[in-house]
Amino acid sequence: MAALIRMIAQRLALGVLTLFIVSVVIFFATELLPGDLASTLLGQAATPETVAALRRQLGLDLPAPVRYWNWLTGALQGDFGVSLANRRPIADLIAARLGNTIFLALYAAALAVPLALILGILAALWRNSVFDRAANAGALTAISFPEFFVAYILVLWLAQSGYFPSMVRISPVSTFGEKLYMAFLPALTLTLVVTAHMMRMTRAAIINLMAQPYIEMARLKGMSPLRIVLRHALPNALAPIINVIAINLAYLITGVVVVEVVFVYPGLGQLMVDSVSKRDIAVVQAIALIFASAYVLLNLTADVLSTLTNPRLMSKG
Amino acid sequence: MTGEVLLEIRNLVIEGRAGEEWSRILRGVNLTLHRGEVVGLIGESGAGKSTLGLAAMGFARDGCRISAGSIRFDGIDLRTASERVKRGLRGKRIAYVAQSAAASFNPSHKLIDQYAEAPVTHGVMSRAQAEKDAVALYERLRLPNPEEIGFRYPHQVSGGQLQRAMTAMAMACRPDLIIFDEPTTALDVTTQIEVLAAIRDAVRAFDTAAIYITHDLAVVAQMADRITILLRGEEVEENDTRAMLAAPRAAYTKTLWAVRRFQRADQPPPREAPLLSVRKVSASYGKKPVLHDVSFDLYPGRTLAVVGESGSGKSTVARVITGLLPPSAGEVMLEGASLPPDYRARTRDQLRQCQMIYQMADTALNPKLTLRQIIGRPAAMYLGLRGRALEARIRALLEMIELDPDSFIDRLPSELSGGQKQRIGIARALAAEPKVIICDEVTSALDQIVQEGILRLLDKLQSELGLAYMFITHDLATVRAIADDVVVMQHGRVVEQGTKPEVFTPPHQPYTELLLSSVPRMDPDWLTNLLAARAASD
Amino acid sequence: MGWLFLAFGIVAAFGLAALLRRAALQLAPAEWRSALADMPLTAAFGLMVIAIYIFVALAAPLLAPFPEREVVGSQFQPWSLQHWLGTDRLGRDMASRLIYGARNTVGIAFATTALAFIVGSLLGLWAALRGGWLDQTLSRFVDALMAIPSLIFSLLLLTIFGTSVLTLILVIAAVDATRVYRIARSVAQGIVVMDYIEAARLRGEGSWYLIRREILPNALAPLVAEFGLRFCFVFLTISSLSFLGLGIQPPLADWGSMVRENATLITFGDITPLLPAGAIALLTVAVNFVVDWQLYRASGLKEQAG
Repeated sequence: MAALIRMIAQRLALGVLTLFIVSVVIFFATELLPGDLASTLLGQAATPETVAALRRQLGLDLPAPVRYWNWLTGALQGDFGVSLANRRPIADLIAARLGNTIFLALYAAALAVPLALILGILAALWRNSVFDRAANAGALTAISFPEFFVAYILVLWLAQSGYFPSMVRISPVSTFGEKLYMAFLPALTLTLVVTAHMMRMTRAAIINLMAQPYIEMARLKGMSPLRIVLRHALPNALAPIINVIAINLAYLITGVVVVEVVFVYPGLGQLMVDSVSKRDIAVVQAIALIFASAYVLLNLTADVLSTLTNPRLMSKG
Repeated sequence: MTGEVLLEIRNLVIEGRAGEEWSRILRGVNLTLHRGEVVGLIGESGAGKSTLGLAAMGFARDGCRISAGSIRFDGIDLRTASERVKRGLRGKRIAYVAQSAAASFNPSHKLIDQYAEAPVTHGVMSRAQAEKDAVALYERLRLPNPEEIGFRYPHQVSGGQLQRAMTAMAMACRPDLIIFDEPTTALDVTTQIEVLAAIRDAVRAFDTAAIYITHDLAVVAQMADRITILLRGEEVEENDTRAMLAAPRAAYTKTLWAVRRFQRADQPPPREAPLLSVRKVSASYGKKPVLHDVSFDLYPGRTLAVVGESGSGKSTVARVITGLLPPSAGEVMLEGASLPPDYRARTRDQLRQCQMIYQMADTALNPKLTLRQIIGRPAAMYLGLRGRALEARIRALLEMIELDPDSFIDRLPSELSGGQKQRIGIARALAAEPKVIICDEVTSALDQIVQEGILRLLDKLQSELGLAYMFITHDLATVRAIADDVVVMQHGRVVEQGTKPEVFTPPHQPYTELLLSSVPRMDPDWLTNLLAARAASD
Repeated sequence: MGWLFLAFGIVAAFGLAALLRRAALQLAPAEWRSALADMPLTAAFGLMVIAIYIFVALAAPLLAPFPEREVVGSQFQPWSLQHWLGTDRLGRDMASRLIYGARNTVGIAFATTALAFIVGSLLGLWAALRGGWLDQTLSRFVDALMAIPSLIFSLLLLTIFGTSVLTLILVIAAVDATRVYRIARSVAQGIVVMDYIEAARLRGEGSWYLIRREILPNALAPLVAEFGLRFCFVFLTISSLSFLGLGIQPPLADWGSMVRENATLITFGDITPLLPAGAIALLTVAVNFVVDWQLYRASGLKEQAG
């Protein structure tokens, strides 16, 4: 157990370190800019006075490490500063949208994970069957489609006929059922894309596993196919499957951006895209930090969980 | 054998899939096995012996199919029997012991759970009974701590112990027949003895019939009542063990003795000033020490064999000599001058003097380069040969290793057989015109008859060119055949060294004694006698 | 009706691919024949589609009935003989823009992938070969960059550097090079442990010779397959960014932004804006089919050798 705890502590420490480095990268990326932020924002027409005024306002006259420290400590307390575009506190802009984005991601995950696992496991077990070939070709096709293509096909097909709304109008007073209904098309789009990836990975992981000598041994001991899958393959498949899920949930984070724009879904992704086109660096940095943190935490969780399924680590010490 | 017929295989043809085509792995093989009888199945890699062993269970691996013949086990036709019937037989009446126990035990379950699985699922006994039974079997197979060992995971048990635990698992239902598929091939000789003894004892105690698959005739001689020899999917010879050992009939069978009968052509030159000296070398991988105070000399024109089991540090010595692993203490001298510890600091001429031949010819030759490029590069680099001179040199080298230059010079390694690849490895080493060649287990991945050809070639080259060889091996038969001087290593230390007669004549160091006595001999009574002798001396 | 046409088109395309495969088998030199013989229909289809795209991209000015950027009629015209696919929201010819899009979108994605590949794979091979602190430093640095999702990181960089074709190529290539580095490094690590590399090192060969003659020829097959996958990824990323209005900028004809600009039509049931999206999807499917075949071949060959 001691080895296990040490292992987990190590992973957690590594995760915190990664988060720190990520925050440094996100913050100091702006320093890559030739010239500085203030003059870039104001453009060529700006007078030296206005540039200097903006520099003071943005705190650019402080040395970079100090600004980083202020930014990071603020962010940890939920204060991301103010938007450069409309001077509103970024925390206010984000607060309502963060929940919506998490709702959409979880919605898609809840549909995609069980679907992908079942399809992937079946395709692996019935390898080279008609089902496997069809599932594979389907998955390959879905992977190849840009998200907005999938989204618009669904719009054309499901929203045109009036079953589901093509624009999502979620307000704080919407009930859970309304939300599920409203967000069905964006969630379905994400599900289709993510399921394809996840199914392929699950299939590969299971096939790899079924080629192990201990699976042949179980067959030679006269075990039934069901027992071989449940008792011999599954315990060893947990770690790869956990990783597959984590990779794909992380993928949802990027998928969300495009899908939110297509469906005018009031989430973080849409805000980010708006801010990028307005070059509102402060908002983009804040959202990038949130997305990156979610990404790191997901991978960290998967790492720890798959460690827990490994008897080599569980039984030592 | 008096018992009734238990297994009868007639004209069995099994095909394997290669791309879109099916090729025959077994071409009409017959095999008859009586109750309580042990049949040895011998053959080189690719002979189809594992395929035949699995077919005895009515099983064909993915990508293989049984296309003709019959398999009858105790009156049941395994070719037409339903999956359900076959499942009922497997693990219960026919069991299997695989070559790699480490890979064939499920890493997620304890040994006892995997032991109990077959008896409980097949309804032979209850879980509690199975656990009690397991302890008795573990004890019979001489596993340490039989009460407790079952509650460990596979990764917590050593290779030799796992192999015995797998034998116990196979015996759990007291099957009528067990297939042993090279159960000791991956083990060291001293461990092999224990496993062989345990398996033989258990098989006799329960009067189980067995098919024992191996490529080692001496091993099978200890285990089997009868031997069948396979070559490329066909039976070459079949006879009683003693009769076959006394008088092998088929020409192919006779070649299986080849390497053991190999004798060197010339007497070695006497020891002169050492060519290469290893002086008080200690080395470690990271913090883990692997060599302790190792010293020995290599003399011009002579062959030094460095013998040891896995983990003895014998390959590490080669890495220190070549400069891949700088030692933590001590030094390596070439012709009296100290060599820089790191190969990157050595001069081109120092690098040229000492060449290496590897165990796996497959990974030692770049698959994307032609033989011309592979052999030509060192000749061009070290000796500055260009154009026609280089071409002539490459052809001369190919002739030296007995390959026809015209047909081989532009081939890729993938167009060669295993033995031919190893010859190219030799040619590449020779191209540098070295004084010392380090041979790291160069014959252990090859079939017997090919081994002999390589040893003969190395011997011929040594007498022609006056090379010094350092021969790293775990196989004492090879040592007997080719060595002039011997170094025995264990746990990173030199246990004993001297000329071959000195080391091989009693009295021995205890470890050398153990090592020498553990090498199976072509004598069906060898194991019995050895165990009796060891029991007497205890 | 639309579905019927689509189904018919797919069947016809695969039929054509089958015919081409047979023709190629007859004409190809002997050493290629075995590779072609086991080519699945999907791969033949993929190769055919890729060839068509390359042709359209190269011959765009000859094929397009109208110039790329010129307003040639009123806005949002329906399909007609003059304007095969109608006009867009500014009155430019859709068909012509679609044809020019092959040149712009595919060309930019290809350039980006190539750049990412040269930088990423050379660094990856070098790191694997040298090992030690160089490998450690580079790998930790890449790990840190990869802890940020690639689209998010690209958006961040585009905010800072602004959106132009050049920054787009550089930013996406930089982000993608980290992924290529990882793959190249792991492929090379499998090769570096081979005895023939050890033999070459002990011979005294330099790094550049080792990479060029010993590692690269053996890493080429997996890297080529990976190039296909990375191209798909880059292509989809650039298209998504263009769709978001942050990628290739007007008036350059580009498939992603064409979808965005004309998306309103979709809500009226007009499928014209989906055609550029379909063009993106078709090429990605084609490349994936070919890559799948190559990967399968590579794994199949390995099984036979082992």
